[in-house]
Amino acid sequence: MILPTQQSTPLLQGPAILNENGLKAHVACQDFSFFYNDNQAVKSVTLDFPSYQVTAIIGPSGCGKSTLLRSINRMNDLIPGSRTSGKLLFDGQEIYGPRLDVVTLRRRIGMVFQKPNPFPKSIFNNVAYGRRLHDTQNQEELRSIVETSLRRAGLWDEVKDRLDDNALSLSGGQQQRLCIARALAVDPEILLMDEPTSALDPRATARIEDLIAELRGRYTIIIVTHNMQQAARVSDFTAFLYEGNLIEYGQTAQIFTKPREKQTEDYMTGRFG
Amino acid sequence: MNLGSRKLFDRSLTGVSIMAIILMSLSLLVLLGPIFSRGLGAFIFRATSEHRRLLLEQFNRGDAEEIAAETRAVAGARRPVYEMLEKFKKELATMEYPRRQGFRAELKEVKNLLRELLGPLPGEPEGVMLRQQYGQTRWDRARIKLEQILYSEQWDYSDTRSMGKKILVPRQRSFAGTQLEPLFPYLKNNLDKMLRPRLVFYWRFLSDVSMNSHFFGGIWPEILGTIYLTLGAMIFAIPFGIIAAIYLSEFASGGRLVSLLRVCISTLAGVPSIVFGLFGLAFFINTLHLSNSKSVLAGSATLALLILPTIIRSAEEALKAVPHTYKEAALSLGASQLRMVLTVLLPAALPGILTGIIISMGRAAGETAPIIFTAAVSVGQPLKIWETLSQPTPALPWNIYNLATEHQAVDEIRHVQFGMVLTLVLLVLLLNLAAIMIRARISKKMRG
Repeated sequence: MILPTQQSTPLLQGPAILNENGLKAHVACQDFSFFYNDNQAVKSVTLDFPSYQVTAIIGPSGCGKSTLLRSINRMNDLIPGSRTSGKLLFDGQEIYGPRLDVVTLRRRIGMVFQKPNPFPKSIFNNVAYGRRLHDTQNQEELRSIVETSLRRAGLWDEVKDRLDDNALSLSGGQQQRLCIARALAVDPEILLMDEPTSALDPRATARIEDLIAELRGRYTIIIVTHNMQQAARVSDFTAFLYEGNLIEYGQTAQIFTKPREKQTEDYMTGRFG
Repeated sequence: MNLGSRKLFDRSLTGVSIMAIILMSLSLLVLLGPIFSRGLGAFIFRATSEHRRLLLEQFNRGDAEEIAAETRAVAGARRPVYEMLEKFKKELATMEYPRRQGFRAELKEVKNLLRELLGPLPGEPEGVMLRQQYGQTRWDRARIKLEQILYSEQWDYSDTRSMGKKILVPRQRSFAGTQLEPLFPYLKNNLDKMLRPRLVFYWRFLSDVSMNSHFFGGIWPEILGTIYLTLGAMIFAIPFGIIAAIYLSEFASGGRLVSLLRVCISTLAGVPSIVFGLFGLAFFINTLHLSNSKSVLAGSATLALLILPTIIRSAEEALKAVPHTYKEAALSLGASQLRMVLTVLLPAALPGILTGIIISMGRAAGETAPIIFTAAVSVGQPLKIWETLSQPTPALPWNIYNLATEHQAVDEIRHVQFGMVLTLVLLVLLLNLAAIMIRARISKKMRG
């Protein structure tokens, strides 16, 4: 298989698209690579994630899409032997720069994980956790933050009478929305979603997708997904990664209807991946 | 393997495991049965009038008038015994030399036994020791003393090929024809009037101090000593153990030094406890001079070292068992590593950590060897909390051993020894039960 060379990768495609839509890059990858020891998981990716839009990252398993996503809030720091090259910018600030405070970064970039992972605490304490860490100890203030966050996550009506119940007593879909509420409570600018519906049934998945649509415009959302229909339904822009390389990036409608690259088309039509 | 042999294999495995379980429960029964039945003897027994008099005079418990009346009644029942003794003494003076000499030794023995049974003879000066001032306080012990008065023990060595045979000779026969002869049937028939046995539940066995090295009283100093030692060990071991576990599971990078550390901890867990005792003596007392000699402080520190590996390992396992996703969630919300550990990791690992702690508490409470050199003495008063810094203490495990081997009259205080064993077993059992309950409660709360 012939992989696209540096010239054919949409190096300048990102900014070009953003400019023509009048959008600003919230997170920008510039020739960004990520290594686990000697294994290069993300290969010189250059790509801009536009502000307040939903961007989907798609690609077959092991293509580096989760790695790219988790680089943005430096969750990969936990893995021993990992290193990066190139630049990853958040609001012009270098994410892997030496002066960056990871705690502040993660506060501004929230994350929702593949499997719902609420803490074994009460629903209230789950949502309040982040704010308690950072600024607010005031119970009244916390209460209103918890309510707002749960409302935004579309969970308030289901749990308002049982905020003191253990979060693990909720159903899987509710747990995932609780995790979204928990991430929203710290008022992030960006929401990273790492296959947020892969552990959920179709109905719960539909609710999460509706939620993403509601959150669009308020947050910059970057979602990794296996499910191409999902990417088509929820996202404004789509990036297709294959074996660590960015194959194609563009507006979702264009990628799904008129992919420029052969590989993208093959993947879309289920010929591989 | 065909179906038939596979089934056979399955069945034999089941059989063996059922056998193992049955054997285990049997040995548990065999072990716990006597501990309970004999240990209860320290709490529930037939107490004599001497016991009640002792409680009044030494512990100021009981109805003074009632006991005075009882003492008078008992003295009335005992009077014929002493009258017979007096008459015999006079008769003895009239006997000619060899016969008189023959009786003298045995009379002395009978008088001694009577002193032990009923307390000092009338008109005699009271001894210094408490047990010289009171008769038998327990009916079961009194019955044994009575037997010793009724029968003298002699050994028959006539058959040189085998060991000597014990023969019991009735003293009534030795004193036949003298004024003392009626003493023996009288004692036998009227002992209950002289001692008035009454069934009591002596729960104060747990809270009374011991008197005359356990001839009377309870085991409070031992219980308190055990509690001090155990709590002291916990105060040292828990913070160090948990911090070490957090370091090992969260902060230590997997270097060679860390794996060496882990090997050391495992090895430490296998070191015989007597070695810890010697180390405690050499290090805490002789090198650091925590105290001039044995002390609760030194003993606690030694016990803490002994249980530290267990606490570290169990806490580390518990911390590692916390799902990785909790950590990720906390970190992604902007928690620093330390905040994540404190707010998410530790609470989630708490049931496991607590289980480890309470199991090692049971171990610390029951260990004998480490405290022999560092903390334990055989007789002592209950300590005040500040005295634990410099004073040694009696403690249950050590005193069980001590009473069984080094006490001056092991047979006389068997019930105390069994009472201590029962108390210690119950203490450890309770601790383990508490562990199970706490664990169940917390994990239920976690699961929601």
